[in-house]
Amino acid sequence: MPTRASDLLTLTREGLYCPLGGFHVDPTWPVERALITHGHADHARAGHGHVLATPETLRIMAVRYGEDFCRQRQEARLGEALRVGDVTVRYAPAGHVLGSAQIAIERDGVRVVVSGDYKRAPDPTCLPFEVVPCDVFITEATFGLPVFTHPDTRDEVRKLMASVALFPERAHIVGAYALGKAQRVMALLREEGWDRPIHLHGAMEKLTELYKREGIPLGDTPKVVAADRKDLHGAIVICPPSAMQDLWSRKFPDPVTCFASGWMRVRARARQKGVELPLVISDHSDWPDLCRTIRETGAGEVWVTHGQEDALVHWCGTQGIKAKPLHLLGYGDDGEAEPAPADAAEPEVAA
Amino acid sequence: MNDFAHLLDRLAYEPRRNAKLRLLQDFFARTPDPERGYALGAMTGTLNFREAKPALIRGLVEERIDPVLFRLSHNYVGDLAETTALIWPAPRDLPPPSAGSDLHTAPDEAQVPSPVRERDRVRVATSPEGPDPSPQPSPARERGHVEPYTDRSANLVAPAEGGGDAPAGLGHNNPPPHVPTLAEVVETLATIPKRELPRHLAEWLDALDETGRWALLKLVTGNLRVGVSARLAKTAVGALGGHEADAVEEVWHGLTPPFETLFAWVEGRAERPETLNPAPFRPPMLSHPIEEEADLEKLEPEAFSAEWKWDGIRVQLVGGRDRAGAQVAKVYSRTGEDITGAFPDLAEAITFTGTLDGELLILRERRVQSFNVLQQRLNRKAVTGKLLEEFPAHVRAYDLLTLDGDDLRAEPFATRRAQLEALVTRLDHARIDISPVVPFADWEALAAARADPASVGAGEDADAIEGVMLKRRNSPYLPGRPKGPWWKWKREPHIVDAVMMYAQRGHGKRSSFYSDYTFGVWREAPEGGDELVPVGKAYHGFTDAELAKLDRYVRNNTTKRFGPVREVTHGHEAGLVLEIAFEGVQRSTRHKSGVAMRFPRVSRIRWDKPPAEADRIDVLERILARGEREIAPGAALTETDA
Repeated sequence: MPTRASDLLTLTREGLYCPLGGFHVDPTWPVERALITHGHADHARAGHGHVLATPETLRIMAVRYGEDFCRQRQEARLGEALRVGDVTVRYAPAGHVLGSAQIAIERDGVRVVVSGDYKRAPDPTCLPFEVVPCDVFITEATFGLPVFTHPDTRDEVRKLMASVALFPERAHIVGAYALGKAQRVMALLREEGWDRPIHLHGAMEKLTELYKREGIPLGDTPKVVAADRKDLHGAIVICPPSAMQDLWSRKFPDPVTCFASGWMRVRARARQKGVELPLVISDHSDWPDLCRTIRETGAGEVWVTHGQEDALVHWCGTQGIKAKPLHLLGYGDDGEAEPAPADAAEPEVAA
Repeated sequence: MNDFAHLLDRLAYEPRRNAKLRLLQDFFARTPDPERGYALGAMTGTLNFREAKPALIRGLVEERIDPVLFRLSHNYVGDLAETTALIWPAPRDLPPPSAGSDLHTAPDEAQVPSPVRERDRVRVATSPEGPDPSPQPSPARERGHVEPYTDRSANLVAPAEGGGDAPAGLGHNNPPPHVPTLAEVVETLATIPKRELPRHLAEWLDALDETGRWALLKLVTGNLRVGVSARLAKTAVGALGGHEADAVEEVWHGLTPPFETLFAWVEGRAERPETLNPAPFRPPMLSHPIEEEADLEKLEPEAFSAEWKWDGIRVQLVGGRDRAGAQVAKVYSRTGEDITGAFPDLAEAITFTGTLDGELLILRERRVQSFNVLQQRLNRKAVTGKLLEEFPAHVRAYDLLTLDGDDLRAEPFATRRAQLEALVTRLDHARIDISPVVPFADWEALAAARADPASVGAGEDADAIEGVMLKRRNSPYLPGRPKGPWWKWKREPHIVDAVMMYAQRGHGKRSSFYSDYTFGVWREAPEGGDELVPVGKAYHGFTDAELAKLDRYVRNNTTKRFGPVREVTHGHEAGLVLEIAFEGVQRSTRHKSGVAMRFPRVSRIRWDKPPAEADRIDVLERILARGEREIAPGAALTETDA
């Protein structure tokens, strides 16, 4: 009997499950065997028996949850075919954050790709997305509406630097998720020539150190000392989104509240959060890239995991591609999806 | 236009006045004429052109976007102009470098030395590198799997599904679209016939960036909310050459966009523009409040003249002759807005040449009506005969700035007052009377008059009096709010004890503090027992130290969160009582309680008072009933059960 896509992947309470391989992908509950796409807390949880992920993702998990985050870990090298149960799996870069990968699951010439979270825009802190042709493409849809077209990140960072030039006495507090977004903002600032220190909230420190150890040059990134906050005129400070409106941010000199997120594209969202300088910088695909990626994979069928699935499923229909929403719960708390980031997602709380 | 749009966008997010001012100054200083002048026109509401209807914009976007996707997007974003700006399929002249399409040429890829990359490059060197626009076989595909999909996807021509998803490469052979300036947009809109509007609009939308499209759509639909007052924009222009906003105000009414003579003057390149308006606005003089009676001890009573402070709106009546010798009559609000159109009954009364400062009031049978009544006349779009008859407008005059070509502002108040009295007597017009002087011997006598205006001659008008004004007899008329010559001493406000129900974060410096409080009073619940019903919102009246304490209270007593709003504990046993001071009560359909307060503020924080002892809605109903008796004279005074 020929293999069908549903033999390769089904939906269980814990999330996506491969019956032929005996493993889950990014399970939201502890399971015996998990394949992890990337290190964000909603995809990579502690407490699994066996974890297969890229070396970077395994190191991120160890930093966030401690060395004993699972019983047994195995490194997946990009592009390498691995036999798991009765299927072949292969990791390919997803361009989302450091170590992020798509997972291709294959048997008898039928291939399903779980893309995890991904983006196509350039990112100096991780490998670029690679198109993997497949029969079934499983995609996110965090920004799955045609109103989301992310602008060039360089212009957004220049906007921030222009504001610092215009208000040199005010501190600029940039809310950014601790894994990925924060380091990408730092790297983008360096690319644009910002050579002064980039000050970090304590919650950013460990993961930023990890990025540096992985060889991403981020320059001087001192941790903010509580007593010095009042003197940080004209400084750029990066903190987790939850700290932007916190008591912590009040002690800076006349702070400008900035937020680096794809949601900043919609003005009402930015205003709701009390943001004064929205920076549209996203680690997810915008609408054109979601559509382009689906076309380029050549998939005849698309499953949408989470986000704004209605519009994307509709669009697939207009393109003659079969599509269905999976309504996966528990994804999307990486600081860009709704609702606002759960406090537990911050490493210092989780640790 | 993009540049102006980015300024507007930034201003809309910026809560601080001084920061807005710096953004404006920066823009005016670096933007050439006539662009900056049209920007000033847009910000001061002085541009004149044909506006586009929302249906026209919807039509344009539906020609380009799948209607289902547009509907889903509009539902999500909420605002038509913003949805359109975001979803408009802008032709991209050059696709941005991005992974998967031009990996090999992306400069970021080549320049950033990343050991991660180096290592991976070695490790995956045997597999085909990053795919091209047409999908390359992945490592897994090398084993000879048939690829029916690749062909299909490679041949797909991307239809515009919105959001700028134009086929890559479009525009390579076309010149980049011409990005319109604001000046071009305004000048074109002012001259083209209606049928050409859609074509121009579509061309501009194609050429602008997202922020530019958003500002354009707001502009052409007449919904440009700028986040700065006209006054602030004028302040920024004046600051280019060290002039005060009032100096700009003085010449303003003779000028039109793009204001080239104004910019030339403030930058010192030309003479002060001659005002061509025969009836120009002159910035008014404002007063400082007397906070407590102790403030009065520093002032000597004999140096001051007192008048009632009327609860109306401040206006300026200006009359003049144009070049042809015809009478020009203008009514201005205190911010310089020309409101002549809304008050033809007042304009008729301006038969003089001069500038008269006074309070706009509604008089019925010579009796001054309350502010509640005046509100029925304000905020009406159409000025009908019925409205004029039922709400006759009057001006109670209290100062004279110019008369028959003479500027009186440098004269002492006493001299101006004498000339004003002579003018009002000479006019002998039913619409204009004089604000009477309140005689007093010492501050105690004035305090008594303030407490009970009826006892010193205010008679039945006492309800429309909100305090007394003190004017130094020898003071010139100074625009703005100089400290010393004019004081306002308001009557004691109404007071109610209410319970804090919700709190919201403030703006600017207070953006991390819960500083806006919604409070409620008790009423009988429909299902029996008592319940708290919200009656208003207050965000000032406390010190910074008190704010810190209130903020901590909110954080420690939150029961629910709704976005930026927190619900705080409120009930008979637990909750915080705020003593709220306010100036009056109006009926409101927006509030569940049916009433709305005027100028509510926190007068004391009653940490000591149990919430069960807070006031009931009846207190507000009684104040409201008194006001309504005036709106509908003769109507029975009944206690409403809300």
